[in-house]
Amino acid sequence: MNFSYLTDPAHWDPSNPGSIPNLILSHLGYTALALLIGAVIALPVGLYIGHTGKGSFIAINAGNAGRSLPTLGLLMLMVTLLGLGLLPVLIALTVLVIPPILTSAYAGMRNLDHRVVDAARGMGMRPWQVLSRVELPMALPIMLSGFRNAALQVVATATVAAAVGLGGLGRLLIDGLAVNDYSRVLAGAIVVAALAVLVDLFLALIQRLIVSPGLKGS
Amino acid sequence: MITFEDVVKVYPGGTTAVDHLNLELPTGKITVLVGPSGCGKTTSLRMINRMVTPTSGRILVDGADVSQQNEARLRRSIGYVIQHAGLFPHRTVLDNVATVPVLLGQTRRAAREAALGLLERVGLSAEFAKRYPAQLSGGQQQRVGVARALAADPPIMLMDEPFSAVDPVVRAQLQAEFLRLQQDLGKTIAMVTHDIDEAIKLGDHVAVFRTGGRLAQFATPRELLAEPADDFVASFVGRDRGLRSLSFDSAAELPVRPVDGIDLDDSGRPLGLPGVFTKDDSLRVVTDLVISSPGGIAVRVGPDGAADGLVSHHDLADYLASRRS
Ligand SMILES: Nc1ncnc2c1ncn2[C@@H]1O[C@H](COP(=O)(O)OP(=O)(O)OP(=O)(O)O)[C@@H](O)[C@H]1O
Ligand SMILES: [Mg+2]
Repeated sequence: MNFSYLTDPAHWDPSNPGSIPNLILSHLGYTALALLIGAVIALPVGLYIGHTGKGSFIAINAGNAGRSLPTLGLLMLMVTLLGLGLLPVLIALTVLVIPPILTSAYAGMRNLDHRVVDAARGMGMRPWQVLSRVELPMALPIMLSGFRNAALQVVATATVAAAVGLGGLGRLLIDGLAVNDYSRVLAGAIVVAALAVLVDLFLALIQRLIVSPGLKGS
Repeated sequence: MITFEDVVKVYPGGTTAVDHLNLELPTGKITVLVGPSGCGKTTSLRMINRMVTPTSGRILVDGADVSQQNEARLRRSIGYVIQHAGLFPHRTVLDNVATVPVLLGQTRRAAREAALGLLERVGLSAEFAKRYPAQLSGGQQQRVGVARALAADPPIMLMDEPFSAVDPVVRAQLQAEFLRLQQDLGKTIAMVTHDIDEAIKLGDHVAVFRTGGRLAQFATPRELLAEPADDFVASFVGRDRGLRSLSFDSAAELPVRPVDGIDLDDSGRPLGLPGVFTKDDSLRVVTDLVISSPGGIAVRVGPDGAADGLVSHHDLADYLASRRS
């Protein structure tokens, strides 16, 4: 086992479709799509449940259910149902990101200081103003931590795409194993880990920019 | 004027928080709602800006039934200082204060500029403007809470224990500043407290509630001390109400004896004596001086600071006795 695959300049040549930069791009593509679809589904549901308190059991159980669901198994099931392609991969990854996003959106709303929300109403904010100007900004730190969690998981798990013939960094692992090229497997593992760290740093930066300094340390 | 007409509030679950309340809070005055914990003060206050809906009865502001008015617009026209300040933690002090003007359509810039002036009015320098609530002391937060409620210059202010979260020294300071502010502004103020001393100090009128949400007495502080309506009010007002009621009586009429036997400087000012009072002070001040001064004597001084009379234990006791008869 050595770093020769990783250090070979040919494997970093963007004009080669199977090169590492291109695999990173497709990997990030699956990740971003899954996060986007997952957020579009889970955020409104989590916020609604947290805001109204109706159906709290969904939010609480979603966290546990999500953690116990095997993504690879789900992917295989989707492939048998839907055939090969991007759709089954996206469904499996989206199912993975929904629980942390939903649970954290719920927790963010539940943990709001009700006295502050009360003050907002008492000063004459309409319901949507209370939500957008007070509740969401205050819930943001918890919501973002759930989103970062989801992003980390999906970056690591998006390797499954390669198992059903798609791209992404999983190619390095699966193809490497198939031809006993452990240098390639190692390269895949290292790049996935590095990508996860970079994505998390990027999201941490975003968090710094959009969370009010007044909420730091609370 | 704020009018409660036979207002009842029964919460789901059966607690009667307010029981057939009839009350008039006069325009431009401070009315303090006071009573033991859980007697319905906050509930009464929050029915004025429709944060709580009465079970029956009506609340009128200047003759108009609040239940007929747009909720958000009504609230924007009424300043609200909530228990524990309730500042927005994610907004700077300046933006907290600018909240209602912005809701009313002012530009952020104009609202912030006005907010800066308001901060000064409540005794906070401009250096606090950019801070976040978590970076303020409890007393500073309360000031910001008051400034925020004042920002849109509402004719009515609701204040729920606005000075409760601070130590007695800061509280006294905030109370004094508040009274000064109110002298300039002349708002119609409904204030809740469970501290009878605060009620007597700040209120033009005091509404004493008893447990179960019933009004026990509505009176001026002076009347409350002099003639409590019943045993409950008497015990709530406290055993030293006789002494405290003296703070409403001027020392102007108090007879004095000629200045004799004390050291004076060249311009007639008393030397080395702790206790002096003027005609503008209250009888409570004089009583305190007489009790605490070594010789049992208080010295009255004129506007120039020169001694113009003495009062002894006996003089004071005789005067108080003569007022009784
Ligand atoms: N949302 C609510 N649901 C049910 N009961 C309530 C609610 N709010 C208040 N109560 C009850 O109504 C009564 C009056 O409450 P309120 O908050 O008006 O009292 P308060 O005089 O302000 O007391 P404190 O001095 O402790 O603030 C209490 O018995 C309280 O438990
Ligand atoms: Mg209360």
